[in-house]
Amino acid sequence: MNIIVCIKQVPDTSEVRINPETNTLIREGVPSIINPYDLHAIEAGLQIREKTGGKVTVITMGPPQAEKALRDAVSMGADEVRLISDRAFAGADTWATSYALYKAIDKIGYDIILCGKQAIDGDTAQVGPEVAEFLNIPHIAYVRKIDGLENGRVKVQRLMDDGYDVVESSLPVLMTVVKEINTPRLPSLKGKMAAKKAVITVMDLNAIGAEEENVGLKGSPTQVRNIFAPQIRANRKMLEGSADEQVEALIKELRGLKCVLS
Amino acid sequence: MRIIINTEKCTGCEQCIESCPYTALEIKGGKAFINEYCEFCKACLSTCPEGAIVEIEDDYRDKAELAEYLAAHRGVWIFAEQRDAKIASVAYELLGAGRRLADELKTELSAVLFGASGDEAKELISWGADKVYHCGDAIFNTFNDEPYAQLLATLIKQYKPEIVLAGATPIGRSFIPRVAARLRTGLTADCTALEIDKETGNLLQIRPAFGGNIMATILCPNYRPQLATVRPRVMKRMEADPGRTGEIVAVDAVNLTCRTKVIETLKEASECMANLQEAEVIISGGRGMSNAKGFAMLEELAGLLGGAVAASRAAVDEGWIPYSHQVGQTGKTVCPKVYIACGISGAVQHLVGMQSSDIIIAINKNPEAPIFNVATYGIVGDVNEVVPMLIRKLKEAKQ
Ligand SMILES: Cc1cc2nc3c(=O)[nH]c(=O)nc-3n(C[C@H](O)[C@H](O)[C@H](O)COP(=O)(O)OP(=O)(O)OC[C@H]3O[C@@H](n4cnc5c(N)ncnc54)[C@H](O)[C@@H]3O)c2cc1C
Ligand SMILES: Nc1ncnc2c1ncn2[C@@H]1O[C@H](COP(=O)(O)O)[C@@H](O)[C@H]1O
Repeated sequence: MNIIVCIKQVPDTSEVRINPETNTLIREGVPSIINPYDLHAIEAGLQIREKTGGKVTVITMGPPQAEKALRDAVSMGADEVRLISDRAFAGADTWATSYALYKAIDKIGYDIILCGKQAIDGDTAQVGPEVAEFLNIPHIAYVRKIDGLENGRVKVQRLMDDGYDVVESSLPVLMTVVKEINTPRLPSLKGKMAAKKAVITVMDLNAIGAEEENVGLKGSPTQVRNIFAPQIRANRKMLEGSADEQVEALIKELRGLKCVLS
Repeated sequence: MRIIINTEKCTGCEQCIESCPYTALEIKGGKAFINEYCEFCKACLSTCPEGAIVEIEDDYRDKAELAEYLAAHRGVWIFAEQRDAKIASVAYELLGAGRRLADELKTELSAVLFGASGDEAKELISWGADKVYHCGDAIFNTFNDEPYAQLLATLIKQYKPEIVLAGATPIGRSFIPRVAARLRTGLTADCTALEIDKETGNLLQIRPAFGGNIMATILCPNYRPQLATVRPRVMKRMEADPGRTGEIVAVDAVNLTCRTKVIETLKEASECMANLQEAEVIISGGRGMSNAKGFAMLEELAGLLGGAVAASRAAVDEGWIPYSHQVGQTGKTVCPKVYIACGISGAVQHLVGMQSSDIIIAINKNPEAPIFNVATYGIVGDVNEVVPMLIRKLKEAKQ
């Protein structure tokens, strides 16, 4: 079984803020991490390998520094890694990212492709399904449990708004996973050693066989026009007096609303 | 578009370096240099005191050809999602948003409905659609990405709308990307506002990024249609008008492939979810509730007010209440008449999920808590004192 896991290196978003005066991102020492959902995708890949045998290849498209994310994946137990990197890939939106990943994945070979539900920098959740479309294979998004994998078919639980669907698919298939699916393992000592020694194979534009006009900024249909700080509606009205008086005042206000106190 | 350094103007002052979220700026040979980390986010542009960082437009398409291509696309479409043959509420919100955009562009608003019956199609007209493309084929009784994506892409190719909106729901966010890939066009996820650029007629797609810390305006100027998924519960529906007339275009399901199969659809203790979406009153608790017992108190208050209980992520992370109750960026967006925030600080990720509520009441012991900035009524006090008092007084008031 050839399992490919797509991971992305992202800034730890809980710390990214905007400077309200200059409208620019403040990024003092924001660390780069593997997108948290992708850790669950790696774990899912490793668990499948443990059941069915085969090979887990972890890939990422990003700048040379994204190598760190791949080493972390090796330390968790990935068999192989590929860094899809070329200046031509810079500035890619989800269409162009998916296109480059598709070209690379097609070269590597696959039975199961795993992605995180979404990346926490863009929060788009689009790359997985787009890759599946380019590869012309089915996909199942928001997978929270893999119930079965045999005879060239998978059976999984797909999270929906009002519960979940049990969905079956033929292989090859792409799945995007949510956090509920598993608990990612921590790197083992052996893994850490392997990570240090791992050879990171880089695939550039040529190696994936993509056309320049379909990747990077050039290949991207969308453009970011501007960024700004979220606007918060401000209509601060504080109730006054002791706690008792404030609660009285509140009840008086609530009485005015039909839906609350009738 | 590209970002370049005008090395003649650059003084190597390093002021731009810190502004880059991707560490794409370095100093090389005494001048700023943009490395391959650059994501073209433009964060650096305004930081240069010399104006040495500039954005330049590259034209990848022939101007006349592009103008013709763009002009060939007219009309606004919304995808009306259904589950169990019932139209999802986000579809009505999309009709509201779509109507406004179509009127501004002086064009038609159409809805696309896969599955369900002609009655539902008619319903969409009364809520604002001029036309409904309806395919009632049984293949759409359950949700499978491939046939959904194939038929929608086929219809778009045939009728060439300029804008297509879908709900940012598990369904919309799963299959619309396939449509975008197929049609070679841009897709903006989870928009919270949509506007038309007066000058160009392009759709300005506004959405949160970086976990809600930042908002971005996204454009898709050179490709059509402009595809976007829209976050449920942020757009306003119009009033339904049963007298509205429109056209229903029946569509056949031909040449669809489907390699996935839905074996079973299970509804989970969805009571709270349905409640949160429909509740007129929501009582929400945060870390300030201190423990699960605090939430029992909120349950009681909710019972008195006929409301539902929600929570901040901090409270969910503490395990005081299940994730399905979480409101905010990574939880639900709600829009009740009254939202009572108890012991919630009001982090931006929480605010995005509830700030369009009609009336917000905040109870917090810290008068500086940002939640008070959005509060219609603020009470500074300890929830352990205020909430029981509120419960007691409400009980008295009811007698
Ligand atoms: C990518 C990302 C996504 C996120 N998504 C969400 C999301 O969907 N929803 C969400 O809510 N958060 C989300 N967060 C987390 C968010 O940033 C905050 O950490 C969270 O909302 C804080 O919850 P809180 O207000 O309950 O806790 P705190 O920030 O700890 O605030 C507790 C408040 O309670 C008050 N308090 C304490 N004791 C009492 C008392 N006895 N009486 C009265 N007041 C008291 C304190 O003054 C304080 O203001 C997200 C964060 C990130 C990075
Ligand atoms: N540059 C990338 N390289 C590899 N995988 C990616 C990349 N970007 C996104 N992905 C995968 O696609 C998923 C969804 O990302 P997104 O559509 O950006 O929210 C992620 O969780 C990853 O699994």
